[in-house]
Parts: sequence; C-alpha cells; structure tokens
Amino acid sequence: MRERTGSIEEPTENGDATARRPMVEARSVSKVFGSGDSELRALDAVSVTIREGEFFTLLGPSGCGKTTLLRMIAGFEHPSDGAILLDGADISGLPPYRRPVNTVFQSYALFPHLTVAGNIAFGLEMLGRPAAEVADTVERMLRMVRMEAMRDRLTSQISGGQQQRVALARALAPQPKVLLLDEPLSALDLKLRKEMQIELKRLQTETGITFVFVTHDQEEALTMSDRIAVMRDGQILQIGSPHEIYERPADHFVASFIGETNFLAATVETRTGERGRIRLPGGLVAETDLFESMAPGDAVAAVIRPEHLRVQPAGSGSGLAATVATIVYLGTDTQYHLRLESGEMLVARVQNGPSGSPGLADGAAVEASFAPTAVRVLRD
Amino acid sequence: MAEGTHRRFSVRRMPGFTSIAMLTFAMLYGPIVILVIYAFNAGESVALWEGFSLRWFVTAWDNTQVQEATFRSLIVAGAASLTATVLATMAALGTTRTRPYPGSLVIYALINQPLMVPEIVTAVALLIVFAMIKIATGYSGLIFLIAAHAAFCVPFAYLPIRARLEGMNLDYETAAADLYAPPWQVFRRVTLPLMAPGIVAGAMLAFVISLDDVVITEFVKSAGQDTLPTYMLGQLRRMVTPEVNAISTALLGVTVVLLTAFFVLNRQRR
Repeated sequence: MRERTGSIEEPTENGDATARRPMVEARSVSKVFGSGDSELRALDAVSVTIREGEFFTLLGPSGCGKTTLLRMIAGFEHPSDGAILLDGADISGLPPYRRPVNTVFQSYALFPHLTVAGNIAFGLEMLGRPAAEVADTVERMLRMVRMEAMRDRLTSQISGGQQQRVALARALAPQPKVLLLDEPLSALDLKLRKEMQIELKRLQTETGITFVFVTHDQEEALTMSDRIAVMRDGQILQIGSPHEIYERPADHFVASFIGETNFLAATVETRTGERGRIRLPGGLVAETDLFESMAPGDAVAAVIRPEHLRVQPAGSGSGLAATVATIVYLGTDTQYHLRLESGEMLVARVQNGPSGSPGLADGAAVEASFAPTAVRVLRD
Repeated sequence: MAEGTHRRFSVRRMPGFTSIAMLTFAMLYGPIVILVIYAFNAGESVALWEGFSLRWFVTAWDNTQVQEATFRSLIVAGAASLTATVLATMAALGTTRTRPYPGSLVIYALINQPLMVPEIVTAVALLIVFAMIKIATGYSGLIFLIAAHAAFCVPFAYLPIRARLEGMNLDYETAAADLYAPPWQVFRRVTLPLMAPGIVAGAMLAFVISLDDVVITEFVKSAGQDTLPTYMLGQLRRMVTPEVNAISTALLGVTVVLLTAFFVLNRQRR
C-alpha cells in the first residue's frame, strides 16, 4: 500500500489561504459499498482540510472516489468510518436538509414544474425566510447570473448554459457555507465551458463562499482552483496549488494525469539533507529535492515537462543526445518526439517564434537540454 | 446509406399484411359501428333499419331505471377509483422510493394480483366473504360494491403511477433535500407535483375499468343495486330494443373521451 503519512500536504505558496480557518474537514473517512465479494471501497481513510473561501478541486479519473467524498459533504452518503466536520462541528450524522451546504448537480436537477425564479426561491422558502426577503434575494441572484429576463420561464424553455447559471443561482441563494459542484460543466460545449470557468471563478470571488469542485478534467482544475487534491482508487495522492501539482508532482500517477510528462530512469548519486544529485541517461547530472527514503545508489523516476526541454542541433555537448523521430506542428508550438541513445522516447514542446518553427527535420541528430531545476524525482 | 440498398426485415412487406390488418380492424370495430348505427334507428328493431331518429336516446334518458343505474355506476366508479388511486399512489411510492428490500418482487406481484387471478374466481370469493359479512352485520349497502371495485382497480391505477415514478430522475428529490426540504416537503413540493400526471392517468383508467365491470358487480351487488352494465345485461335477457344501443353508445363516448385523455397525459414526459 502507498505511503500516506504526513507529507502529502505540502506547504502552500498561497500565504493568506493558510491563515484562514478550516471550513470542511474529512477525518480518515472511508466508504464501503456492498459487502463480501462485491465489496467496493470507494474511499480509503481520506483526510483533507478545505479552508474558508477556498476554491478547492477534487480531481481524478472516474471511480476515484471524488464524487463519493462530495456526496458525503452534502449528506447524500454517510461515511462507513471517520468523520466529516463543517466549520468545526461534526456533521456526519446530519441529513442533507440540515446542512448549510448546497450542491450544483451534474444534471442540474432544476425542478421542471417551477419557473426560473421559483427554482431560485426554493431553498429560501424551505428555510422559512420572509416573502420580501425571498423576493429580494431572488432578484439579486438573477442579476448576479444575468438571468433577469428569464425569470418567469420554465426551466425546460432555456438553454443548457442558462440552466447551468440557474442551478448556480439556486444553490447560492441560501448563502451556504460551502458550495459543492459535481462536474457541472461536463454537459456544456467547449466554448461555453471556457466562459463558465471564468464565470464560476468570478462568482466564487464575489460571494467569498467556499467552493468544492469535482472534475476529471485536469485543465479545468488548473484553471480555477486555489488548491487541488488529486485522487485515485479512493485515496488522495497529493494536495497542493495548481502550480505545485503541475511542477512538483508527488508520484507517477499525478505526473502522468496532469499534463504531458517525460519519465526518465535515474540514479541517486549523492545526498545532502533534503537535496541530492541524480544521474540521468546519457551521463547528465541534475540537482533536485529528494524524498526521505531515497539514498545514494537508489534507482528513481525523474520527470521533465516537455515545455522545459530545449532542442538544438547536435554538437554543443550540453544535453541528451537524441534523434528526431516525429515532428508535430501545433500552431503555437511544435512537438518533437525524440529517441535517446538508450532507446527511451522523449517529448519536447518548443514555442514557435515569429519566424516559425526551428528548422529541424525527421532523423536529425539533436541534443535535448534543460535547466538543472527542471528535473523532479517522483516518490515511486 | 442509400435508401433501399440495405433493406431490413419489415413485417409491412410480408404478403397479405394489408389485408390481414384490414380484416382485424373490421372485426374489432365493425360490430361497434353497427351497434352505434342502430342506436339511431327509428324502428323497434336492432337489425332492421327504419330511418334516423334520436328516440332511443330520449327513451333511455327518461327511463328512471337507467337514471338510477347510471347514477349508481358513477358513484361506485368515482369512489372506487379515488380509493384505488390513493392506495396505488402509496404502493407506487413504496415500491420505487425505498431501498431495495427482500421480497419486493413478491409485493409487486401481490399488488398486480387482480390482473392475473381470473375475474370469476375473485367474484365468487367476494360473493362468499361479503355474504358472510352481510349476514353477520345485516348491512348490505353500496360500500361492498365500492370496496370490490377499488380492489380490482388498484393495479390499473398502480401501473401508470409507478411508470411515472420510475421515469422520474431521482436528482430532483435529492436537490430538494439539499435545498433544506425535509422529507414531507420533498414529497409535497417536488415528488407529488411531478408524479401528478401519472396519478390523474391512473385514476382515469381505474374509473373506466370500474364503470364497465360486469362479472364482479353481478356477483357482489345486493338486490336493487344494478349498475349500468348489469342493468343492460338484465334488459337484454328480456327484450332487445335499440335503447340498449343508445346507452352503449353514450357509455362508449364517455370511455373514449377518458381514455384519450389518459393517453395524452401519459405521453407527457417531464
């Protein structure tokens, strides 16, 4: 089993977020569906702290447990083990209607027998707010998501993007402590999805409400989140800012799930405290952070992002010797698939300048070089 | 793909399809058409046309026995379909809005039992049980007829309501609970309005089924409790006049209107 203690939560670069109090806490939460042979462990002792006012994303492939964790915060599922805390209080036993938490569903789940305004008013009415206050808040919400003109339409009479905005307004109207979003953008086309990403971020900043967002789309997660938790097989592999997750992936899965990555077999040469020198194929050495367990002589996996590689004609002697296998022109940049002398493949992504891509042809002998800081080692 | 290059099997291209279909429809509707036509006969015969007249509709309308039977039929069908619909709604909620439990299939079969047990068996059973109760209590009111009709109407009301509930996205109810609605409010504000077309459809189907029942009514009714169908049956035994055609035609009209409304409501999705 994977090592799960302590260090997955790295110090964040976002200084003010650390100062904020915890809003949602999962304390070694497990969820088991079924029993016996058909037992499915959807969550395996997951612990995470989401802070007040954060845009926090649960990211992972389908079946990783992200939606189960979200449904537990909402109260639709109850933990088999462990506790969920909201603003310091244990809410594990509370039904959904007693939790000051609202959800934007993947299917939106707008009430088809109510108008746009009726949908937005629903939560406030259930809370027993006075009619005047309900009307005021509904107006404010309609303005916030720019749906004033659609107030009296039935939800079947508006477009998918508009339904999405009504679902947001409905969930935000009761001013929940936490807004849960279950892949809310997956039904929208690409252009609308990009617009809604910006819209979501704006709403989060304006309202100051803690957002917990579930997605399998790594780009969506990187674009909007303050912090991301990468999940797989019911466990959290890494928690960090988008920058940390992308630049310092903790393990092989995180590195390959988020963006494109080159994996290289390396060996630890020396170690001084937290840092050490590693030897890469072709005899290059780089200095980087090492994990606790790593000692000189250990074989480790090193990663370099394609955009951190430079490709030059052979001869300078400062990089990994390779030949160009394939060139893919992508408009803003060009992708070179390089074959190292060891037979390993390497992908480099080079930005195209005003004079076009550097003139290299298939089969050309090149060198791939990189800044010594561009190399990271992985835990596994 | 070009049309006709890749023909799939179609029953419409089988030899004799059109003639079989025409014959079937003729068998189904021919007798009814004849019945309706002779309802407007000016003469005394149901087989010999003597000119157009509405006299038999007037005769039926003025016949106090027809009036009483019609009134009784409407009371029984109304009360029975209302009872059956309430029971069926609860049964549908109990079989679709609960966690799967052992024996749910048995319960499903039990609810639909009246569809499978031969009607004559139910009729005899009810006759015996009701006779015992009538002797023991001395009471022989319309309530027996209503109870019997309600019982066999339950599955007819249940099926459209259940279908409606099963077709309904559970997310609506989850969303309502998420928006602070306790279970009773979820039902009142979301589940009930969304299942309403199913309930209305179920009630109308139950009403129509009760309205034209003969077998169970004939066995269960006490003296002087004729419903419209059993009155007509009794008339036919004595003398056949186009009055029966006129009553049948009126009953047909009511049924067609209700069943058309049932199908329209049932097709309304969402």
